[in-house]
Amino acid sequence: MDKHQLLLWLSIALFSMGLLGVVIRRNALVMLMCMELMLNGVNLSLVTFMNQNGQAAGGVLVFLVFVVATAEIAIAIPIVLLLVKQKRTLDVDAYSDLKG
Amino acid sequence: MLVLREPMRVALALITTMMSLGAIYGFMGVHFIAAFQVLIYVGAVMVFMVFVIMLLEVREAPGNKRYSNLLVPGGVIFAMMLGVLGISVWRAVGSGSTTAPAISDAFGLTQFSTVFLRDYWLQFELTTVLLVAAIVAALAVIKVHRRASGEKANG
Repeated sequence: MDKHQLLLWLSIALFSMGLLGVVIRRNALVMLMCMELMLNGVNLSLVTFMNQNGQAAGGVLVFLVFVVATAEIAIAIPIVLLLVKQKRTLDVDAYSDLKG
Repeated sequence: MLVLREPMRVALALITTMMSLGAIYGFMGVHFIAAFQVLIYVGAVMVFMVFVIMLLEVREAPGNKRYSNLLVPGGVIFAMMLGVLGISVWRAVGSGSTTAPAISDAFGLTQFSTVFLRDYWLQFELTTVLLVAAIVAALAVIKVHRRASGEKANG
């Protein structure tokens, strides 16, 4: 098993654990952090493929993922703040009566 | 991260993961991505996250359930996803592992910038649009916040 395959396994593990965390955890902030973990797994696979093929296009995609992650956090955190102001809890099950 | 109760411990675990990933990127020779990883993720996103965790400080009820009702379906999805991705990686790397070793010159900042601004300029511009949209949305959220608190104070 060479280096690239090991790194791909690591990225798979990161992505799957992030997905599992988003599905099973109840704390909204922990769910956001698990999304970050998923993005990190994708980034690791992109860098691995870039390293394997010797092309710089993967770096561009990683950079775009960075920007998207930052924008996502900048939007999601104020939403979480507003939700907590409504009901004083971070439990997402408490907000299941939201309609939209 | 899946079993820790406190959000702050989850945040510290995630910071450790991100710094380790930055170290991996550094060892792979993509130094600018390692720098971005540490600067943007650990320096901006996670500091913001830790800030919010300390700002909110919402205590969970002691007898609260740790996991949602989707624990079993989530576990099934996790296993299926791990299987599908694992099989694809096994096949792909098993067949194509004889590629030429990458040239370390390909990961310099010069080539990155050239490719970025020559071939991917459209995505770059779309990124600016996304950032403007994010700023506008954050301002709108803040305004809703102010209006709600103002009404509460008045009435």
